[in-house]
Order: sequence, then C-alpha cells, then structure tokens
Amino acid sequence: MKSKKTAYPYMLWMLLFTIVPICMVVYYAFTDENGNFTLQTFVNASDYSQVFLYSLWIALISTFICLVLAYPLSFMISRCDEHKQSMIIMFIMVPMWMNFLLRIYAWVQILQNYGPLDTLLNFVGIDITLIGNSGATILGMVYEFLPFMILPIHTVMSKIDNSLIEAAQDLGASKFYVFKNVIFPLSVPGIISGITMVFVPTASTFLVAQYLGGTQLMIGDIIERVFPSDHHTGSAIALVLMVVILGFLVFMNRFGDEEAVGV
Amino acid sequence: MKKIICVILCLFMILLPLTLSGCSGEKGFEGEINVYNWGEYISNGDEGTLDVIEAFEEKYNIKVNYTNFETNEQMYSMLKNSNSSYDIIIPSDYMISKLINEGMLEKIDFENVPNYKYTMEKFRTSGFDPTGEYTVPYTWSTVALVYNKKLVEPESVKGFTSLWDEKNAGKILMFNNSRDSMSIAMQLCDPPIDPGKTDFTFEDINRATDKLVEQKKYLKKYVMDQVFTEMEGSQAGIAPYYSGDIYTMMQNNADLTYCLPQEGSNLFIDAMCIPTSCQNKEYAELFINFMCDPEIALANAEYIGYGTPNQAAYEMLDDEIKNCELIYPSDEYLEKCYTFSNIPNDVYLYMQEQFVKACSSSAEISDVGEEDSESDIIYTIIVCILLAVIIIATITMLTLNIIKAVKNRGRIQKS
Repeated sequence: MKSKKTAYPYMLWMLLFTIVPICMVVYYAFTDENGNFTLQTFVNASDYSQVFLYSLWIALISTFICLVLAYPLSFMISRCDEHKQSMIIMFIMVPMWMNFLLRIYAWVQILQNYGPLDTLLNFVGIDITLIGNSGATILGMVYEFLPFMILPIHTVMSKIDNSLIEAAQDLGASKFYVFKNVIFPLSVPGIISGITMVFVPTASTFLVAQYLGGTQLMIGDIIERVFPSDHHTGSAIALVLMVVILGFLVFMNRFGDEEAVGV
Repeated sequence: MKKIICVILCLFMILLPLTLSGCSGEKGFEGEINVYNWGEYISNGDEGTLDVIEAFEEKYNIKVNYTNFETNEQMYSMLKNSNSSYDIIIPSDYMISKLINEGMLEKIDFENVPNYKYTMEKFRTSGFDPTGEYTVPYTWSTVALVYNKKLVEPESVKGFTSLWDEKNAGKILMFNNSRDSMSIAMQLCDPPIDPGKTDFTFEDINRATDKLVEQKKYLKKYVMDQVFTEMEGSQAGIAPYYSGDIYTMMQNNADLTYCLPQEGSNLFIDAMCIPTSCQNKEYAELFINFMCDPEIALANAEYIGYGTPNQAAYEMLDDEIKNCELIYPSDEYLEKCYTFSNIPNDVYLYMQEQFVKACSSSAEISDVGEEDSESDIIYTIIVCILLAVIIIATITMLTLNIIKAVKNRGRIQKS
C-alpha cells in the first residue's frame, strides 16, 4: 500500500509531461488552425517524405556502424579485470560530460577545410572535402551515440559467467562455436537495448546534420523549422516519426523476447 | 512533522522572490521604465564603453528594467499576450507597420524630445511610418555581400547573381530565414518582384521558391550566426549578410571584402516606439530623448556597429567608419534599396512554409525538373507503405502479447 502512495507523484509527472503532450501532438496533427478535423496536415507532411526516408537511412547506417564498433570493444572490455573495466568505461563516459553542441563544434573544427585532418590528408596527397556530406553526418552520429551502444552491451557481457565459456571449451567447442552458441545468444538483450538507444535518437536528432552535413537536412531539423510557424504540420511529422519509432521498438522487443526464450 | 516542514519550505520559496523584489524597490528611484530591446543592442559598459543604462539612471534617477528579445515575432507575442507592460520597444520596420496598423503604438510628443533635431532628415519618415509620428529611428543598416578574395574571383562579384553562379558552387552561403532569402530570390526573378511591397501573391512566393531551389545545387549551407565562423575561417567563399556584421568579419580576416549588390538590397531600420501599454509616457519620452543625445548615440553606434541616423553622432565618428561605404553607403545606393513592409499573416506563413520546402528539397531531384513531382510521389508512397506495415505489425504483435498475457493469467511465473 505504502509503495503505491509514493508512486503518485511520478504518476502525476507522467500524466503532465508524457500523456498530455502526446495527446496535444495528436490533437494538433489532426486539426487545422480553426480546430476542425483535417488530414491536410499529413498531406503537407508528405512533402518531406524524402527527407524522412533519408533520416531513417542515416539512422540505420549509424546504428549498424555503432554495433560493429561497439560489440567487439565491449567484449574485450568485459574480459579485462574489474579495476581496468571501470577505468575504461569511465573514459568512454568522459566525453559525454561535455555539452553535445561543443562536441559537434569540435568535429566541425577537425573536419573543416584547412583544418588539421584536411591539411594532413592534403600533405599525403589526398584532396577530398571531409565536411558537408552524409559521411560527416554519420560520423557525428556515431561519435555522439557510440557510448549508448557500448554501455548496455558491456553490462550484459560482463554478467556472462566465464565458466560457461570454459565448459563449452571443455566439451570441445571451437572458438567460433563458443561465440555462436554461448556468447552471442547471451548478449542479445544488450544488443537489443543498444540498438534501440542508438536508433531512436539518431532518427530524430537535429543540429548534427545542420553543422556537419551540407544542405541535406534531417527530419529533426525540418520539425524544428516547420513547428514555430505551423504547429499542425509540425505535429503531423512528429507523429509519423513517433509511429515509426514505436513500430521499431515493438519489433525489437518481440525479437528480443524470442531470442531470450530460445536461450 | 514532515508535512509542516514541507509547507514552510514551499511558503518560503514562494515568498522569496516577493521579498527580493520588495527590496529592490527601496533603492530610492523616483520611478521606473521597462525597455524591451534586441540582445546586444545597446552600449553596456563592456571593454571601456559607456554604460548607457547606468548613465540614464544616474542622470534622471529613474530605474530602467531592461529586457531582450531575439525576434520581432517574439517581441510581438510578448506585447500582445503577456500582462507585463513596456514603455519603450525597439522593433524593426515591418513589425512597426504591423503595430501601427493594429493601433498598438502611441504617438510621440516631439516637444518632449528636443534631441530629435539631430535625426537625419532622410530617416524621419519612411515606408513603415509615413508621417513619422510614431517612431524615432535608432539604427539602420543594409544587406550586402561578403566574399573571400582568395576563394571567389573578385571581378566577378557584382551583385546577388554571384550567389547563383556555377563557378562558386559549394562555396555559397545563404540566409537561413525566409524573409531575407526570399527577398534576394525575388530580386533575381524574371521579371523581378519588388520585395518591399505589401501585396505578395502566392504566385510571387512560388516563383521565389523555384529560384531558391535552383540555387540549392550550388549552395554550401543555410546559415545565420554560423556565417561568422564560416567566413572568418575561410570555409565558404561568399555570403549575403548585414553590413555591420560584415564589417566585424572583415576585421577578423584580411581576405574578406564586401560588395554592395548592384540590384540594391534591403535597408532595415530599427526604431524606438512607445506601445499603448506604456505606464509612464513622460519617462519614456525622456528615455528616447536621452538616446538621441549625440554622445549617447555615438556610444551606441560604436558599440553596435550599425549605421546611426543621428547626424551629430555621425559627424563625431572615426573617419575610417564614416567614410566606409559598407556601413554608410551613398544616397544613390540607398535610393535603390527597399524596406520591408508588413505582409498579411497567411502570406507570411506561406512564405515560411515554402522556404522550409526549398531547404529540404534535394538538389539532385530538382535538377531533373519534370520528374520532380513523380519521384516525390514515389517517396510518399514508400513512406505510406512503411507506415501501414508498421501499424499493422504493431497491432498484431500487441494483440498477440495480450492474448499471451490472458492465457498466462493466474499462473505463477518462475524467476
């Protein structure tokens, strides 16, 4: 009984800052300026479908790269002794203590023309523009969200009992076989939460593309621009994005459940 | 017990600001005025400049509550919707004409503003205040081009057409706000549209949008404040911006220089006005008079870096600035310039919307022209299918989960 009472403030919080805003977004998305029901907002929003697909595409690629980078790294970290582990994890966390915008500015400084990296490459004889394209945007995203992939995978990995691996090896399993049948299935929940924690923000983030990318914006930037002058179309775009992300989450959870059952 | 402590703490929190504000009122000022101005738009005592507000408070023993806004629209909504009253506001041209039309400004009694005599004749009346009864101009400036001599051929830069020049592809920056960008595009449309007129049709805006989409493939970025780092760091070659700011950029990078576009450009004027919600008009006029004092106007002009409409202050400026054509262009050039006037709200919203569309259009697609709409439809269909699949999948999965949960009801789950 007592525990329920202490939950009330949180429930109120949820109601005020989660449920009510979502209802407002839905209300705005389906109405026009006079408050009448309309689907025109979605027709307006469809002008940006190409940007929308582009954002999802960028988010997918960034998530994939994050996974490829983070998985081996977290495996290696989890095999170190505990003292070292906390050290390494701290070093991964340190950049996150800095403001997100400052880190993006830093990348702008590094990648810009006549910046350190550009000068170095020119010196070697490679002349390419590093900033103002999708590649730079993806780099920014991966840098920004890599810790969110490493941390959950590492948490799950460090809980894997070493004796399980030893047992598999005793039974004559090859290294690949151990990985495929023991380590990977046990780490799936970490991968799932990692993917969600990276994909969702990358799909909806803004400013990264504005600073690192060229003229191609992402859907977050579009919402930021549309919303101040037209709440209704802005809400419609946001709602579509929300539905896609919700679908993605449900899909990932389903996938995670089955795997967990399989183990 | 805990509850009582909570209540006391809450009361304390509520009362704290009240007591503090009570304290500040006891300083012995005769009265107070509320001034609402752009950020960084008054000489504030930094780096040995004159602190104008402190000087006013000392001279007249009137407290100044000084607050900032970032956009004209923000100022407008505060003025209209909040219950705080302002005695002085300093908005831009088109916003002033909107305020006059809506009857939100008081006429100024110029007998109380003797220093008005210093104001240059050419700025006393203008498009937004044809009779000059409501406003006292504060600063003015124009839009000009800034370019990097090493990245862009100096001879080729004559006007805004350079922003559409294939030779400068990838080095061009453009305003990231609808009104300024659209105006430049309108000047280059064929036949040109006057960006200063009040009665834009949707057709005009569509033509300007097409022009912007055409520019997209040569463009590096849409920027506002980022223009400083881009231009000063020689990252971009050419950009349109406000003259006063171009002057700052040129001081930080010797390769930069300016060009007054041959087409003419936007002349914008920010002026002091008294809104109808004013509490004490006498004090407000006193403040306006103080701001028109040559010494004070000089301090402000030097701090802000924009042009001053105050003749006496202008004459006291350094020769270097006074003769700089960028900040004080010739009257012949000003003849070619236009000022913004107020446009109806729906037209303004349409402009905003079309500008975002131009920003989000893909350069490669717009290149093809005819296939434009077709590929758009394909993208829309893809998104629709994606949405449909997701919604159906979500619903089925949720129902499956619910069925599972119902079946499992009552069974004890082993941990």
